[in-house]
Amino acid sequence: MPNTTGPDQIFQRALAEQEVLLPKCDDCGAFHFFPRVLCPHCHGTAISWQRASGKGRVHTTTVVRRKPERGGDYNVCMVELEEGVRFMSRVEGIAPGDVVIDMAVTAFVGETEDTPIVLFRPAEV
Amino acid sequence: MTDQLRGKSAIVGTGHAGFGEAHGLTSFDVMAQSALAALGDAGLKLSDVDGLFCTMMEDSMPALMAAEYLGIQPRFIDGTMLGGSSFVNYLTSATMTLDAGLCDVALIVYGSTQRTASGKLVTASRPPAYEAPYNPRYPISAYAMAAARHMHEYGTTREQLADVAVAARAWAQHNPEAFERGPLTREDVLGARMVGDPLTVRDCCLVTDGGGAIVLVRADRARDFPKPPVYVLGSAAQSAHRQISQMKDFTVTAARESGKRAFAAAGVSPGDIQAVELYDAFTINTILFLEDLGFCAKGEGGAFVEGGRIAPNGVLPVNTNGGGLSCVHPGMYGIFTVIEAARQIRGDAPGIQLNDIDVALAHGNGGVLSSQVTAILGSQATL
Repeated sequence: MPNTTGPDQIFQRALAEQEVLLPKCDDCGAFHFFPRVLCPHCHGTAISWQRASGKGRVHTTTVVRRKPERGGDYNVCMVELEEGVRFMSRVEGIAPGDVVIDMAVTAFVGETEDTPIVLFRPAEV
Repeated sequence: MTDQLRGKSAIVGTGHAGFGEAHGLTSFDVMAQSALAALGDAGLKLSDVDGLFCTMMEDSMPALMAAEYLGIQPRFIDGTMLGGSSFVNYLTSATMTLDAGLCDVALIVYGSTQRTASGKLVTASRPPAYEAPYNPRYPISAYAMAAARHMHEYGTTREQLADVAVAARAWAQHNPEAFERGPLTREDVLGARMVGDPLTVRDCCLVTDGGGAIVLVRADRARDFPKPPVYVLGSAAQSAHRQISQMKDFTVTAARESGKRAFAAAGVSPGDIQAVELYDAFTINTILFLEDLGFCAKGEGGAFVEGGRIAPNGVLPVNTNGGGLSCVHPGMYGIFTVIEAARQIRGDAPGIQLNDIDVALAHGNGGVLSSQVTAILGSQATL
């Protein structure tokens, strides 16, 4: 059994199990992302993990323009989760240009090059 | 910098080399040619340099590489790497070092052959682990997302962004040193190839070769050199983040803090600034920095730049050399904000020389709106 105690390893291992865990500071109660050994808000070192709600909104977005023969345009955006942390990600299932600021999105675990990553799709209304 | 250091150092030489395309030369060649030009401007020799302030895009110990190439053994080196703002930041450390007697001749220097070497805006940075899987195009995706958020919150328009590029080009058209001097209209910018919505290729800085250098000495001997001294009245830095995904408010930069402290140290306010030289890697930068430095209120930057207001004969002279958008942008542009501000004060600007400039501002940006450094320079009359 490999050592999986580091914050990045804990996050990645959960992701491989289709689960998005968020680090939360026991001292100040605030979530943070990316995972690290201390809380960037209060600098406490007691960090717990909580399953993410998966509910978020697009905070800002862009379309990376790419030639069709290289795979075409794609979305890059920042999603703010209910918990107050932001992920860089992309919204799938709609055209990259249709991703707009403030749109409600839901997280899911997808894959890129055989590695699990956090992606989003438009929230069902 | 605090007001204790106000006017304690002065720029007595500036130089540059390899603007545009420096065929057959390496980054370090261009760096060295820039150093020689600045030292020649100051009437000094390389052997006089005992303080080196340098970073480059190549090598993990670029300042040591530069010293070795130049054949000097500096007793003080600052190679702090903050991205393009590093060279404005060196004004603070050079002033401190000179004032403390840790060196007598400070050389700030940079060079790059990004255009002829690769043709792309390359970076030695590895993509951050939690961003890389989404393949953002570095650095434009970061600035595009800042622009999108600014448009969303404040109603800033693509036309207003375009007017930043048009104004930069209008200045560049008078500057024989500028790389892009052809006509450019708002329609040209809007109709150009979209690279990262809402930014077209004309919203983005040039990719050129080029190097720049600045020589500073203590103020007490600054009048003994051929060119009029340009004093460092105040300089201040603030860091915010490294990765764009960690930027707290995509519409507010750390220039708000760096600017506030630089103005306080210099004892001046935005209304006193006669020429503004900003790191315009993208058109949104100019709008953000004008707001955050206090030239207009937050959210009013778009209206502030609209319709030639920062172009020649406008309301405020901004990026009087043509900036990174139209003059030169060899990977990191920061040093050129200082050089242009100093030359406007000295009265030997290469393009439009404004009348009687005593106080000018240079602002450096590093990373992806990550590091902000503001410097205020002044003539002898401002001491």
